[in-house]
Formats: sequence, C-alpha cells, structure tokens
Amino acid sequence: MNAIVDISHLSARYGRTMALDDVSLQVDKGELFGVIGPDGAGKSTLYKILATLMPPASGGASVCGLDIVKDYRDVRSRIGYMPERFSLYKDLSVQENLKFFAALFGVSVKKNFDLIAPIFRQLERFPDRKAGALSGGMKQKLALSCALIHRPEILLLDEPTTGVDAVSRSEFWDILQSLKNQGITILVSTSYMDEANLCERIAMIDRGRILGTDTPARLVARLGERLFAARADNMFRLLEELRRLPQVKECYTFGANLHAVVSDDFDPQQAARMMEHCGLKGVSITPAEGTIEDLFIKLTANEQ
Amino acid sequence: MNNSEYAITVKDLTKKFGDFTAVDRITFDVRKGEIFGFLGANGAGKTTAMRMLCGLSVPTSGNGRVAGFDIVRQAEMIKRRIGYMSQNFSLYQNLTAEENLRLFGTIYGLSDREIKTRSQRLFQDLDMESMRGKRVGDIPVGWKQKLAFVAATIHLPEIVFLDEPTGGVDPVTRRKFWELIYKATADGMTVFVTTHYLDEAEYCNRVSIMVDGRIEALDSPDNLKKRYDADTMDEVFRMVAKNAKRAE
Repeated sequence: MNAIVDISHLSARYGRTMALDDVSLQVDKGELFGVIGPDGAGKSTLYKILATLMPPASGGASVCGLDIVKDYRDVRSRIGYMPERFSLYKDLSVQENLKFFAALFGVSVKKNFDLIAPIFRQLERFPDRKAGALSGGMKQKLALSCALIHRPEILLLDEPTTGVDAVSRSEFWDILQSLKNQGITILVSTSYMDEANLCERIAMIDRGRILGTDTPARLVARLGERLFAARADNMFRLLEELRRLPQVKECYTFGANLHAVVSDDFDPQQAARMMEHCGLKGVSITPAEGTIEDLFIKLTANEQ
Repeated sequence: MNNSEYAITVKDLTKKFGDFTAVDRITFDVRKGEIFGFLGANGAGKTTAMRMLCGLSVPTSGNGRVAGFDIVRQAEMIKRRIGYMSQNFSLYQNLTAEENLRLFGTIYGLSDREIKTRSQRLFQDLDMESMRGKRVGDIPVGWKQKLAFVAATIHLPEIVFLDEPTGGVDPVTRRKFWELIYKATADGMTVFVTTHYLDEAEYCNRVSIMVDGRIEALDSPDNLKKRYDADTMDEVFRMVAKNAKRAE
C-alpha cells in the first residue's frame, strides 16, 4: 500500500454530538478521491481534522507519513486546503491574496507559478480587483490558486463547486484532472452526484460513518435493486400514485423521469395500466440503470 | 389583486452599471401557477434581473409587472406581495422555528391571530410539530429548508422567488424540497426559481437560459431538448451557455 492519507478509527465530537464515528480510510498517492454525503454527515469535520485545524477526539490520521497531531506544523506545508466557505481576504486584490499566501508558506509566486498558470490565467486580466468583488467562479479559481501556491502534495477541497454553474464545474474538474496528472493527490467533497463519477474512488459518508469506499462502478453494483424509470403528463401526481402501489418500495424524481425501486412481483405493464386508470396520460414505465445518486438515496433516505 | 393570467410580464428589461450591460433587453412572461426555472451561468445576469423583479433595483430601461404591480413605480407594493428565499440567508439561527415564523409574519403585516393559525396549520402539514420550539441552528438542514420556504410564503404571496434554494444540498433533501414546491404550485402559487442542478430544470414547466445578460433560450424542458437534439437539460445548458463571451 502506498497510502498518503491514512485515517484510522478517527472520531470527533462537538459537545454531545458525534461528528465522526470510528472512521478509517486510506487514500493512495496520486489518487482523485471523492467524499460524498449529506449536509451534516461529517465531511467538513474530516477536512478540518486532516488540515490540523481541529484535534480528533480519538483515533488518528497520518498525512504523508506525518502525524496530524504531533507533526501538525509539517503537515500544514504538505497540504493545500480550500474550505467550504470563501476564505480569502476580500479587501485584498487578486494579486495581493496570492502574494500573501505565498509569503505565509515562505515560497515565491514566481517559483511555483507554472502549477497555477492554467487556472490563474483567467484571473490575470484583473489583478487589482478586490477578491470580494469577484464572481463565484472566479473566487473559486483564486482560492484554488492560493491553496496551490506552495506546491502541496495533497489538495483538500471541501465542496469547491457549490453554487457554480455546469460549464464552470466541468472546467474545474478538467483542472483537477491535470493536477492529478502532475502527481498531486486530491480529496474532494461534493453534493453533485455527477462529480462523484469523475473520481477514481469515493467514500460515502453519513452521520459520521463511512457507508462504503470503492470505485463508483463497484459501489453502484452494490445497489442490488430492481429499478424502473417512469413518465407521464403529470409527474407530481404520478409520484403520488406510484408511491401508493405496494410493490413500489421507493419512488423519487430523477431528472425528466421518476425512479421507482420495486419488489420482484412488480409488473410494469400492469402498473402503467393502473396509472392510466387514475387519469394519467402518456404513461411509460421502463427498466432503468442504477446510478450513484440512486445508491445515495437508498443509503440515506430512511434516516432523514 | 392581479387579474391578469400572468404573475410576471417583462419587456426589454435592461440594467446597466456604467458601460457594463448586466441585463440586456430581456422579455418574458410567467403564467400564474407556473414553475419557472431561471437558469444561466455565473455572471450571466440572473441575480441582477431577479433584484429588479423583486423591486430591489430600478431598471435602466424597459418595464415589467410582477404580481400586478409596476416594477418601477410600485416597487414597495411588489415587496409586500412576493415571497423571497435565498440560499445564504433565510432564517434567524438563534430564534426558534416558531419565533422565525412569527417574525416573518409580523414583517409582512399579518395579525397575531393569522400568524398563529397559519403557523399551527403549517407545522401540522409539514409534520414539524416536534421542531416548533427548537432553535433553528439546532434543527437538521432538511427541516431548515422547509421552514425557510414556509417563512418566505407565510403571507401567501402570489409568487415566490427562490434564489438557488438547493445549493450545496444533498440529493435526498433536494427532492423533498421540490415536492414542497410542487405542492405549493398545486395550490396556485407561482414559483420563480434559480438552480445549478440541471436535473431540477426538468421539474420546471418552462425554463429560460441567460447568457451574457440576454435570454438565449426559453421553452418547456421537452421542447428545449427537442430543439437542441439533447437527451437532458444538462446537455441543453452546456450547448447554450458555452458560447458565453462575458468575463464573469
């Protein structure tokens, strides 16, 4: 094993609340690793602990072979951390923020500029603009530049694309892919399930516990449910009517369709006839392939 | 009351900041009871347009009516007749669920009795009885979102504006929130919503896509997919938005 991040029986608490409960996880060097889970699952707590900003209640972790508690100073120079909330200095300009972060880590902007050049190029047009006046997508690019300026071995990105549009998100993932190709290990959390598919491996986390760690394809294979896609002229009514059928275990919206998780005795033709009998028109119920999102819903829905 | 069949009508609405045209002659209508998805890339002008519709910003030119009132001359009336929920700020974390509703109800000029009966019914309908006395900061995010929607609609507005209501929210909570939207429109409310989750665009009756301050596409999700020969709204959005020239 070549684990660059090694988390072992890690627990964390806020008062009486267990934020992380016996979490163990290994991330390999050079891996693009996703952490997905609902709000309050413990994702940000995990990041804070790895970034040495919060001590664990029990258990521990090492980063690049360094202990996150004992060797916290050394850990900090090896990681680049981009927190969930925008955390640059809003009153400093684009250029000043970058210089400031370089100075904190004792490096020169010039020496490491090659690493951030593809990202920073889009910001160069307005070096004097205050960081607070940048748009969402640009803030995110500046934050990533600042997290990279000391050439860390590991990037910790906590929901970096929340509030970012689909086109900019694609660009951002292209950037992550190229950083990975340069040997940087990346831990990224997200609430977009399409992004989970872009990771080599993902850990699903809920209520402080790891529900599963594997490649997206192997996790989806664990779904193990009969799944159908359904459509009709009135989707909300269709949702209500399908939920009434005893053979339908779960039914939820899924883009232009509904997804229905059904038991073995479900007959799609019969169900379609019943829906039409309820007054719905243009009913279609066809077999569907499961996705990460279906698995996520299955694993977390009952608890909320 | 607004007797027109439209909750929003907008003609050539424009907003300039100096030389910069943030919103460039947009024209569209939203029918009463419709779920209207207002999409666009970051920096396309969505927020600026929405601020004008809510009476918070005066257009440079063009005109429009929201909930039956003129967005230039009757901005104050609009503010009273609409609901607004944003991703960033919606509720006071240090007040209880019930106190938040009382606060919003009072701001919108409801009587104590109205607030009391409506809150009671809403807590029952949403199965939130047990959350009533809890500090908002202490309740789970899924409930918080429902509560934010309820607070934004406690005065039974004709139309509610939702600005990225599901940003950063997990798939299960997002779905529950959309069911709430469906219910509200079944009761006749109009919903104007922005989102970056393009599966949610499929849940809208009609969708507009803004690029560089203009509305580049506007139709039902099915018609847009046909026109752009795409399988999903995600593909449609990418095709329309990739031509953006504006440097955010």
